[in-house]
Amino acid sequence: MAEAKNVAFWQGNTAMAHGALAAGCNFFGGYPITPSTEIAEVMAEELPKKGGHFMQMEDEIGGIAAAIGASIAGAKALTATSGPGFSLKQENLGLAYIAEIPIVVVDVMRGGPSTGTPTKISQGDVMQARWGTHGDHATICYSPSSVQECYDLAIKAFNNAERFRQPVLILGDEVVGHMREKVVTQDPAKLKLVNRVKPSVKPEEFTPYKPNPATGVPEMAAFGDGYSWHVTGLTTNEWGFPTNDNAEIEKKNLRLLSKVDRARDEIVEFEAESMEGASVVIVAYGSVGRSALRAVRDARKEGIAAGFFRPITLWPFPDKELLKAAQGAKTIIVPELNCGQMVLEVERAFKGHSDVQPLNLVNGELFKPSEILKKIKEVA
Amino acid sequence: MPSPEVMKWVRTRFMPHIWCPGCGHGVIMHSLIRALVSLDADPKSTVVASGIGCSSRMAGYINACTLHSTHGRSLAFATGIKMHKPELTVVNVMGDGDCTAIGGNHFIHACRRNIDITAIVMNNNIYGMTGGQASPTTPFGAFATTTPYGAIDPTFDICKLAEGAGASYVARTTIANPRQAEQFIANGIKNKGFSVIEIVTHCHTQFGRKNNRRLPIENYKFFRENSIPLAVAKEKTPEELAGKIICGEFVTRDKPEYTAQYQKFVIDKAQGKGE
Repeated sequence: MAEAKNVAFWQGNTAMAHGALAAGCNFFGGYPITPSTEIAEVMAEELPKKGGHFMQMEDEIGGIAAAIGASIAGAKALTATSGPGFSLKQENLGLAYIAEIPIVVVDVMRGGPSTGTPTKISQGDVMQARWGTHGDHATICYSPSSVQECYDLAIKAFNNAERFRQPVLILGDEVVGHMREKVVTQDPAKLKLVNRVKPSVKPEEFTPYKPNPATGVPEMAAFGDGYSWHVTGLTTNEWGFPTNDNAEIEKKNLRLLSKVDRARDEIVEFEAESMEGASVVIVAYGSVGRSALRAVRDARKEGIAAGFFRPITLWPFPDKELLKAAQGAKTIIVPELNCGQMVLEVERAFKGHSDVQPLNLVNGELFKPSEILKKIKEVA
Repeated sequence: MPSPEVMKWVRTRFMPHIWCPGCGHGVIMHSLIRALVSLDADPKSTVVASGIGCSSRMAGYINACTLHSTHGRSLAFATGIKMHKPELTVVNVMGDGDCTAIGGNHFIHACRRNIDITAIVMNNNIYGMTGGQASPTTPFGAFATTTPYGAIDPTFDICKLAEGAGASYVARTTIANPRQAEQFIANGIKNKGFSVIEIVTHCHTQFGRKNNRRLPIENYKFFRENSIPLAVAKEKTPEELAGKIICGEFVTRDKPEYTAQYQKFVIDKAQGKGE
């Protein structure tokens, strides 16, 4: 049998690491934590082969700090963690948002709060992904539900981190992180990779935080590129100087949101099936999307007009796409492995126009399709 | 007035600075820049990283590639920068709280790796920017807003900590000896490895007002009167050294440097090069 060079049989964590490598990642800073450690392990082995650097730092905070530092010096940098580590990284995540430093952060979700259930699945971190670091910021967050998506979304995450000069998050979960599936890999030479826009002006004319009017994103010089500039977690003016000027503060805060908002339609991704004429719609993400899709197909076989909608970007949330696809639906069910987090986004989208019902499971297991099907039958 | 060579390294656009009149941080900044000038360093390939606090503002005032990061974490950021671009000269400025309290873990691990970064610790025995709270170097009995009855926590000896954790160059001086500060910083930058220069300075505004050193000159005199060169200190008893500031180069040792080790033992190995 001929060996297929572009096919691999990987677990999700391994696929995310290889997706990152394909996207040009050349730096990893992190710290061991279940259930994300395999990402670090793959990077430790693979990065040096291409001249990149893997740093096992002294703690989670140092892991993201080193990644941000490397990015400031021009690297495409990754850090990966799980709940407790994600909590620890939040402050420096905020620095990457305000200083507009591209990085990718993977959080493979496990049960919480605190140490919780390290080897079991949950979806308890989704609101932390949105709001975990203090202050307003525009979140770009992917939620893979297959090993193939772990690979593909890692590439997209890097591309968008570079494009928008900000952190991009991938929220995996214990199931998608550890299950093994076939992955079709891409030839990095043929991939369309995005790189941060380097300064088009001479060093003495460089205004580090002056946005491109078309994109809202400033050009970025790497340390060592011949440009001396200042990176700070303080709110700054376009020169990168700390400011207390009310107008400048407002301008900066609003631009951090608008640079992503204006490209929202290009970022949003979702998957939908059997939505036409659906009276019951299941909105599910991550591993739960797999159980939900099966439940919807089983319901259809039984003659129930069920539909399936899976946000691939949790943020920006595909609200108008969902609203359009679910027109006429009587009931929206949101199964989640938490006590009701994304259901709040779904309720926000529907603004009371449809009956939105949570379906929650927090016993450390993934939903069985039958559990979701049972709920569909209850409301159908 | 600083020389024109020094002024090239100053971001006058950032002025006026936030430091109180008479603050020792300016003396340290001047020493650092003179050291960089003496080494013929290039601002475009020099990184100055900092954390949070009065000390951290120095990064913004220096015309180089500068990073004002989060409290205590600057060495971890600097580690990422240095790993990705080992050719850059990386200086990291910290305060005593930044370095030995919230950033203590990053500090000892940077020492352990012996990564080629020069860490300048401006030790003024207090959290100045937040209004004068006790730090891990506030002396026993000293008053701070969080030690209204006098501090009881034993203090860190930053130089011993750095030596024990593995730094390859460790020195201490005070702002009352700026030429020595310049020399030690230059020696630290020249050292291929992790260098720690503790520069004892003062916060007359926050520490001084509660501990009878209210004026900058009183602090300067205190440092002059209480500093002992390392060679002299070696002849003294622990009782005679109580409360004294021992100044000198404590550690100068050859040790493998981290980025070079990573290249040799990881990248070259992974790529099948070398032995």
